[in-house]
Amino acid sequence: MKPLVSLSRAMFLGFFRDRMTLFWAVLFPLMFLVLFGGIFSDQTAAKIEIAQVGPVAAIDRMPAPAREAFDESVDVDQVADLDAAVERVAEGEIAAAVVEHDGRVVVHFSKADQVAAGRVYAIFQGVVDSANLALSGVEPQFVLDAQPVEDESLKTIQYVTPSLLGWAIAMSATFGAATNLVTWRRTGLLRRLRLAPIGTPSVVLARVGVSLLVAFGQAAIFIGLASAAFGLQLSGWWPLVVPLVLAGTLAFLSIGMLAGSVCKTEEGAVGLANFVVLPMAFLSGSFFPLDGAPGWLQFISRLLPLRHLNEGMLDVMVRDQGPGAVWVPLLILLAFAAVCAAVAAKLFRWDR
Amino acid sequence: MAARIEVRGLTKTYGDLTAVDELTFTVESGEFFGLLGPNGAGKTTALEMIEGLRKPDAGTVRIDGIDPWRRDPALLHRIGVQLQASAFFERLTAREQLATFAALYDAPASRVDELLAEVGLEDKADDRVEKLSGGQAQRLSIACALVHDPEIVFLDEPTSALDPQARRNLWDFLRCLNDSGRTVVLTTHYMEEAETLCDRVAIVDHGRLLELDSPAALVRGLDAPTRISLAPEAIDPDAARVIPGVEEVTVHAEQLTVTTRRPAEVLAELARRDALHGLSASGASLEDVFLHLTGREYRS
Repeated sequence: MKPLVSLSRAMFLGFFRDRMTLFWAVLFPLMFLVLFGGIFSDQTAAKIEIAQVGPVAAIDRMPAPAREAFDESVDVDQVADLDAAVERVAEGEIAAAVVEHDGRVVVHFSKADQVAAGRVYAIFQGVVDSANLALSGVEPQFVLDAQPVEDESLKTIQYVTPSLLGWAIAMSATFGAATNLVTWRRTGLLRRLRLAPIGTPSVVLARVGVSLLVAFGQAAIFIGLASAAFGLQLSGWWPLVVPLVLAGTLAFLSIGMLAGSVCKTEEGAVGLANFVVLPMAFLSGSFFPLDGAPGWLQFISRLLPLRHLNEGMLDVMVRDQGPGAVWVPLLILLAFAAVCAAVAAKLFRWDR
Repeated sequence: MAARIEVRGLTKTYGDLTAVDELTFTVESGEFFGLLGPNGAGKTTALEMIEGLRKPDAGTVRIDGIDPWRRDPALLHRIGVQLQASAFFERLTAREQLATFAALYDAPASRVDELLAEVGLEDKADDRVEKLSGGQAQRLSIACALVHDPEIVFLDEPTSALDPQARRNLWDFLRCLNDSGRTVVLTTHYMEEAETLCDRVAIVDHGRLLELDSPAALVRGLDAPTRISLAPEAIDPDAARVIPGVEEVTVHAEQLTVTTRRPAEVLAELARRDALHGLSASGASLEDVFLHLTGREYRS
């Protein structure tokens, strides 16, 4: 027991006193959380700017409540010169230029910005429709009530906290194990330890303990910061992140061990770990949801352990899913850990 | 005294190179044993096979009857090793380093500060290992090898990065280790070190054992002449040449050197003629034995 504790302690101090590793493993993912959670959270889309040339009855004679709603999403600028206004649309300075010719509302817009074009089209379709309706004097029979399924919408922070946490754990577990193994081998410490009366399991167990400590630290910081500062609403099942973090750490620790067994230098190990984890983070929806991704991408995504870690964390933290949502990700992560650890053990070398 | 370490026919080859070639010797309990040889002679490879770090291609090693390659915990507790390249836990202080190694051997940490003082690192106890100089790191590495109070100590070129003061201090320290009954095996290419410390020396080159004996016996066996140096005005060179027993007389600017294998007679004659101004005499040293055996060409 004493050898294991002191080995873990030495490993942890080596990690904790290394500013660079600490930055990449803990602070760097946290920066993303602040970025996504703090800056992009209230994504009430910016107003679109349009230029109005001369009188446009459909806008000018809009009833007061409709006008209010219209002004919330559109900034109207009165201008005299249509050609100059169209020029500004072409240059992307404003979203559209609008002019009326005998009841025809002509909207000049640019297809360069697809999103803005879509909004412009939808807004003016609505403007023209309601103007026509008002003229007909018919009382509206239907009212639109938009209701997002996620209740209050799945606010950005709700999505981002579990997924970024998955990525953060993957990063620190992979990098920690890979650099640790390579450094100890390169400096000859592994050879020295080979002549100490401790077994290989002790070295591996110490690494597992340190990685778990770091991962749970990350989870606490992420969840604490997101709840306190960015309004994260946890579902009642959130304590189920504990087994998920555990299994996720084991899976990525094994990937790190594998990278550390293959590579001879720290640079090589960090490069390989990046090569594995960074694309995986994109393909696993750590930075943005994959709902709109094509089927083949979804398929690849499902082969990656991080996807299952992310899904599991989303389910228990914000989608209010119970234990039933956890066991599939757990099994997949543990299977991944077992396979990678077995290969890493096969390739393990004490010596350079 | 019983044989603690038995090496028989130890051989290691790397491709075409035979790094260690049929090495056979035994080390007795309590002995201070030296492996002496030029760079690249195979000393480190041989030592690492004896420690159990490398698997021999042929031959056997037994320490207390146990094959070290098998990593028997009982044996590992009994041996202490200092490897040629200092290997430390990164970013720990010297004291933490020693305490960690003590814990790995399940040994009490009480010796840590004492040991730091013994290797002259008490001022550096709270410095991280990365800040230590080459010599300080080497001394810490030796302390790490001793923290669990091993019976057998393996040191691979322990003084190679040290300045002369630190080297002599370390010699005293190592001699104390041996005086307390420990068996010490060290590799070195410093003749003086082997001559001062070792009970017996194995001279190794190209992986082969060339000689094995006590330093004194090795020097005697060489039958090398004694060189008597005098001030040039002490005696006329031609007069010196005819003294019975003198083999050769050479004159350099400030010194006249008389070479003889019968130094007692020659010195008595010189004394009778009152020709001992600026006298110094030197017999053969282990270095002569070494150069005689291994030649003078440059090594890697």
